[in-house]
Amino acid sequence: MVERIVIIGAGQAGAQAIATLRAEGFEGSLTLIGDEAYPPYQRPPLSKAYLAGDFARERLFLKPDAFYAETGCELRLSLVATAIDRPRKTVGLSDGTKLSYDRLLLATGARVRQLPVPGAALAGVYYLRGIADVDALRQHFQPGTRLAIVGGGYIGLEVAAVAVKHGLKVTVIEAANRVMVRAASPQISAFYEKIHRANGVEFALGAMAERFEGDARAQGVSTNLGRVEADVILAGIGIVPNCELAEAAGLACDNGISVDEYGVTSDPDIFAAGDCTSHPGFAGGRVRLESVQNAIDQAKHAALAMVGKPLAYREVPWFWSDQYDLKLQIAGLARPGDRTVLRGNPETRKFSVFHLRDGVVAAVEAVNAAPDYIVGRRLIAARAMVAPERLQDISVPAKSLA
Amino acid sequence: MPKITYIEHNGKEHTAEVPVGWTVMEGAVKNRIPGIDADCGGACACATCHVYVDPAWLPKLAPRQDMEEQMLDFAQELKPNSRLSCQIKVTPALDGLIVRTPRDQH
Repeated sequence: MVERIVIIGAGQAGAQAIATLRAEGFEGSLTLIGDEAYPPYQRPPLSKAYLAGDFARERLFLKPDAFYAETGCELRLSLVATAIDRPRKTVGLSDGTKLSYDRLLLATGARVRQLPVPGAALAGVYYLRGIADVDALRQHFQPGTRLAIVGGGYIGLEVAAVAVKHGLKVTVIEAANRVMVRAASPQISAFYEKIHRANGVEFALGAMAERFEGDARAQGVSTNLGRVEADVILAGIGIVPNCELAEAAGLACDNGISVDEYGVTSDPDIFAAGDCTSHPGFAGGRVRLESVQNAIDQAKHAALAMVGKPLAYREVPWFWSDQYDLKLQIAGLARPGDRTVLRGNPETRKFSVFHLRDGVVAAVEAVNAAPDYIVGRRLIAARAMVAPERLQDISVPAKSLA
Repeated sequence: MPKITYIEHNGKEHTAEVPVGWTVMEGAVKNRIPGIDADCGGACACATCHVYVDPAWLPKLAPRQDMEEQMLDFAQELKPNSRLSCQIKVTPALDGLIVRTPRDQH
């Protein structure tokens, strides 16, 4: 009999799990533990509209306060789960108390990867993951401020787009020879680099940050290619899954807390969902996804399994990024070796790149091209084969490709 | 604060006060009104916040932008009064707005 469910982690996955558990008829006690001071909120706007000041903080929250009262979910915030005692089925908390569970959901998320260089502790060095990070960074968003961004991924580039609009002088330092190297194909990278340059962002590509310069405050970044002067430094070099709690409890971890397609860990009473997990991927192999889609869908599936209604998680991964007036929408996971097919012309700021693996549509990256994205998602889900000639022919409407 | 009425597919009505500047989608989600998923949180990236705007109110709304138009083209049961509620900004002129939610968002 499942009477007590504890969720560790007050993010997108945690909030979704509460909703699904109650919608599926779970009537027992429900507790959500979060280490931030806030109830679950959306992270995607942090590097976009919230940073830009266009989006008030109260709009970030995923659920109104009444949601937790109505669902009878007890919120325990500003608390860290310190240990899981699996034989006794309890969770130890940083205030010294213990919570008993029948089923436990780990939705512990991820934390920023720290850049281990000299000067890392200087004032004026920032990371971006939570509300507090953005509130601290945003006070420097004044015209003329020199911002060095280490890392040319989504976070770095989204912040760069907001910063140049606010009149900052922005330099992006990226170790690879192109931006978004982990998330996007070379065509997309080239397009975004060009757009950013046209908006005044400078790039140091192939540059490894070696040291943050400054006495008390950051004054620049030394790289193997030279020094970038800066008043403020943002490091956006990826995230690390929070799996230490699971590891310490003896749960299997493999680049994240290992779960099966039902969100079950190596302990049948402990489940996990969201950024902290690795799971059997849609296209085979184990994957760890860092996305809203994965947090929502995996939490739904884990919640279903927790109440005895298991349904395998097989959704196609999807992602998006907003930079300037461009919406990048990605479905599926591209791999090196995929055949890429360009649909449309990047010069028109509306195009997409399809990825074919053995002739089957495996991924699509669409820039201001929602139909290509939606159709691509359907083709990927159906593991459909489409001739490259048809994909690249824009006289064939996207809708007729699926 | 403008009042917005959301009518579920089964006919159940909910009226909520939604701050000016928020979107019609946010008004639904923050008031726990069923039928609007809004997986992407309002980024016009998922098309799961489809609504039908009461025809009397259509002229008061800013027209669909290109991205919304493109996303809507794939919505289930598209109608001339279909909108993505994340793209409708609440203004004082929309006090009394009525929207209906579709059978399914996916």
